[in-house]
Amino acid sequence: MIHHSRRKTVAAIALAAAGALVFTGCSGDSGEDENGPVTLTITANAITGGKNAAEADWVTDWVIPNFEAAMEDEGKDVTVEFEPQGVDDENYKTKIALDLQSGEGADIIGMDGIWVGEFAEAGYIKPLSDVGGDAVDGWEGWDQIPEAVQNAVSFDGDRYGVPQGADGRVLYYNKDLFEQAGLPADWQPESWDDVLEAGEALKKLDGVTPIQLNAGTAMGEATTMQGMLPALVGTGEQVYEDDKWVGDTDGMRDVLDLYKTIYVDEKLGDAVLQQEAAGRDTSFQMFAANQIGILLEGDYFWRSVINPEEGVGTAPMANRDEVVGYTKIPAMEPGDGINGQDFVSMSGGTGRVLNPNSDHPELAWELLAFMNSKEAYEARNEGTISITPRTDVNDEILAEDPMLTYVSEEVLPITAYRPPLAAYPQVSTAMQQASLDVVSGTSVDDALASYVDSLKDIVGDDAVSGD
Amino acid sequence: MSTSTTTTPAGSAIAPRRRRADDVAGLGTARAGIFVAPALILIGLFLLFPAIWTIWLGMTDYRLTGLQAASPEFVGLDNYVEALTDPSFWNSLWLTLVFVVASGIVGQTLIGFALAWSVRNIHGWVKALIEGLVLAAWVIPASVASFLWLVLMDRRSGTLNGLLGTDGYAWLIEHPMEAIILFNIWVGTAFSMQLFSSALSAVPPSQIESAKMVGASGWQQLRDVIIPNIKGHILTNTLLITLWTFNTFTPYLVTAGGPNGKTEILSVYIYETAIPGGQLGLGAAISLIMLLINLVIALAYIRVSRGRKKA
Amino acid sequence: MTATTATVRKVAANTSVRHYLARVAFGLVLTIVGLLFALPLVWLVLAPFDATPSLSLQWPDWTLDNFARLFQNPYAMRSIGNSLLLGIGTMIIVVVLGALAAYAMSRIRIPGRDGILYGLLLLSSIVTGTAAMVPTFQIITSLGLINTYTGVLLVLAGGILPTVIFILKDFMDSIPKSYEESARLYGAGPFRILRDVVVPIARPGLAFIAIWTIVQVWGNFLVPFILLRSPDLQPAAVLMYTFYTESGQADLRLISAFALLFSAPVLIIYFVVNRRYGFRFHGGIKS
Repeated sequence: MIHHSRRKTVAAIALAAAGALVFTGCSGDSGEDENGPVTLTITANAITGGKNAAEADWVTDWVIPNFEAAMEDEGKDVTVEFEPQGVDDENYKTKIALDLQSGEGADIIGMDGIWVGEFAEAGYIKPLSDVGGDAVDGWEGWDQIPEAVQNAVSFDGDRYGVPQGADGRVLYYNKDLFEQAGLPADWQPESWDDVLEAGEALKKLDGVTPIQLNAGTAMGEATTMQGMLPALVGTGEQVYEDDKWVGDTDGMRDVLDLYKTIYVDEKLGDAVLQQEAAGRDTSFQMFAANQIGILLEGDYFWRSVINPEEGVGTAPMANRDEVVGYTKIPAMEPGDGINGQDFVSMSGGTGRVLNPNSDHPELAWELLAFMNSKEAYEARNEGTISITPRTDVNDEILAEDPMLTYVSEEVLPITAYRPPLAAYPQVSTAMQQASLDVVSGTSVDDALASYVDSLKDIVGDDAVSGD
Repeated sequence: MSTSTTTTPAGSAIAPRRRRADDVAGLGTARAGIFVAPALILIGLFLLFPAIWTIWLGMTDYRLTGLQAASPEFVGLDNYVEALTDPSFWNSLWLTLVFVVASGIVGQTLIGFALAWSVRNIHGWVKALIEGLVLAAWVIPASVASFLWLVLMDRRSGTLNGLLGTDGYAWLIEHPMEAIILFNIWVGTAFSMQLFSSALSAVPPSQIESAKMVGASGWQQLRDVIIPNIKGHILTNTLLITLWTFNTFTPYLVTAGGPNGKTEILSVYIYETAIPGGQLGLGAAISLIMLLINLVIALAYIRVSRGRKKA
Repeated sequence: MTATTATVRKVAANTSVRHYLARVAFGLVLTIVGLLFALPLVWLVLAPFDATPSLSLQWPDWTLDNFARLFQNPYAMRSIGNSLLLGIGTMIIVVVLGALAAYAMSRIRIPGRDGILYGLLLLSSIVTGTAAMVPTFQIITSLGLINTYTGVLLVLAGGILPTVIFILKDFMDSIPKSYEESARLYGAGPFRILRDVVVPIARPGLAFIAIWTIVQVWGNFLVPFILLRSPDLQPAAVLMYTFYTESGQADLRLISAFALLFSAPVLIIYFVVNRRYGFRFHGGIKS
């Protein structure tokens, strides 16, 4: 008897536990009426204590309390919730797509500008003024954000989101290694040949990889953004121009030839590194350990990777400010770049969009505008400084950091952006594959031929430029 | 292979007798239905339903984003044609077969059996230690295990290069398939080891004793006494291991399908098609192709087991 | 006479030498295999205590800072509790439902039983993959179970159950039926027979399935990730992926410490249950 009753107790506990599980997870889905308390949610690929922690901390510690207080002053009872994610970008994208597709999701959603096109085409997001109402176009912030930066989260001529930052790519070089190789500490290459020449000089040093130009599929978008595209704009071509994607063109050929020179003919770069799953991480570590001479990276590398401040950099360089130089990326030859430029760069950009399914779209816009106010960016940059989309803020905060000032003043005016089209991610993968083929020994002709084949599969024969 | 070709007319005649013999608890069909129902409902709702939906998706050009997300079109068998005419699909299938045979059927099963056989008569801490290590590899979450292997095989400072003095050798680039095969053996051997340990302990000791009495060598004992006794276990094990190895995604965490697609086994190929590539419809179609291949393998195993039954 | 004795001795000596050599070789091979299995595990034990862990095995510069940093993370410790909740919850569901179904399937010949079982086993491989993510998400959304453990538990259990039933049915098949016959003679009903006769005999198998389920759930990233929104609810498998920088660099200080804490509970559960019940696997496809 005792035996059995104990069994029954165990079973009852098990059932109760299962029952409890059912209820602990229930979210308080808001069903509030017009005048009652309102809940707004923000989601972003950031999480306290993990990925993009600074943004997550800013949202929870500054945005939410200050916005709630501001609303209270207006007599509105608004609660803001933050749903941090902080995972791999691909997974984050999948999750917000699933959310939006089923008519759910947070009111304000952070996303990479390059996703805007696909999300808009799918009907997941709508132009800002369609969602947020008239207040959107009248916002003071637009005057402060340069048009090019706004375009990073626009599609088909409509603004879909508010950009949350700006960036640019430069060539980083190690001044110590340059000195050892007899190169100037104040270096400004004028052409690709200048870079290759410096690479040849660095090659003589022991244990040094002269040039790291990202290649291959393992590095993913980093290959396109810090390799193929900066080189391509240096030949005067763009990945998408006049309704066509770049195919077998002179520019693409020059770009792949450049890869061939660096990795195959002159062995100025480490071809194996490009194929390693953690190759990019490793390239950062190597640069920090004075093992890489020249590296093409974004300003992110400066402020986040090699930043010597405690707990900021993942590959900190204590003597960063003395040892690391940076300079604009030259076009193939002076004047060869897009718009006849001597120097080129590429920029990406993330932003925040409004969820068209929001129950309180106008209020959500108010929150979004608040997050992009001057005060908000000042608070956001109290810790580590990065380039903001607002010129008024940049003028104040960037002065402390010569590198970011350089990017903001010298690089942003000459930079280019990726096309925010749905086909772009696949085209990008095809470009990565082409660079990988060349780096691993395939001839430029063959690599280009198979690139054009896969490009035609993706976008159709008519949308490919070149022969 | 002693599979007889005659079909078994006796099977149906035996069935009623078997039912009475099996149903020792007096369960009855109705009550048996009640026992089975909750599991089947759960499986039906959360397995069968999404699976059928996936099969339907496989006949559309559905994507998670872009125009095809808003209005997916029915494309019939186009996805299947596309997959089956894509050389990278066949490459991926070939890699998968190599991976399954080498790491699953040969590696995990043989090493698992060898370990179970080796430690069966040992007791005390040696056995506990060996089993503990093998089991720890199995229990540790895949995302952690992949890190451990990256450390092992790292090109610059990896443990392996340190031990072998092969500084700067990129194991994951030069021998990617071998690496994920070893990785999967390391991860999965524990299951086979456990299954065979139990199987071996259930072999009647008297049979082994009599084999020893007539002077059978270790190998002869294995062949004539042990293996016939544990044939059922071998089949269960091989079937499950094959299925699991076919579907495992964890090698992706070590090599990300690279270098240059050299470890792009089917599960990775599907992931890359469906998520970074965005073609969910195509991914669903390839999933179904993979399921059909698994089905063929399962049927082959069942045939073997049926053949054995008759012998 | 002496010649034969000598031969016998020689043979005996030979056999014992061979026997001895065989034992040494056996011990050597076993040691090597053990070392090979142990080798990757060393990093898991050392790196968390190193001030600057890297992707290499090095003697640590001992510190507990990594753990201190981890404890400051508002989600880390909670996520391990969440994993336990999900793991044990799924385990209870699949063990109870799986045992009932497997027992019935073992003792009653349902038409097409084996076919159904194999079919479900195969389908479970589709659904655990990425392709079925959209249907699964939509079903859970339409049931209003997004961001609830109920949704996650149901999806996990649905995916795991076919394998559980498959293994347990094998197990039940091998339980001698004489026990149940005698229990029935004493007037016990089917449910009682299952509870008081079959389950105690099958306990090692049930324990094995329970652990197997927890291990499966413990490592599952995709299902909880897409079905849960609130970070407070996410299990450790999801949190493990947040210790990266914006460009995807691993923060090894946090990852190594978290990896240890993330692995420890399953290891402990495993060894405790193993000690208590001793896994046995009576199964095997029976004829």
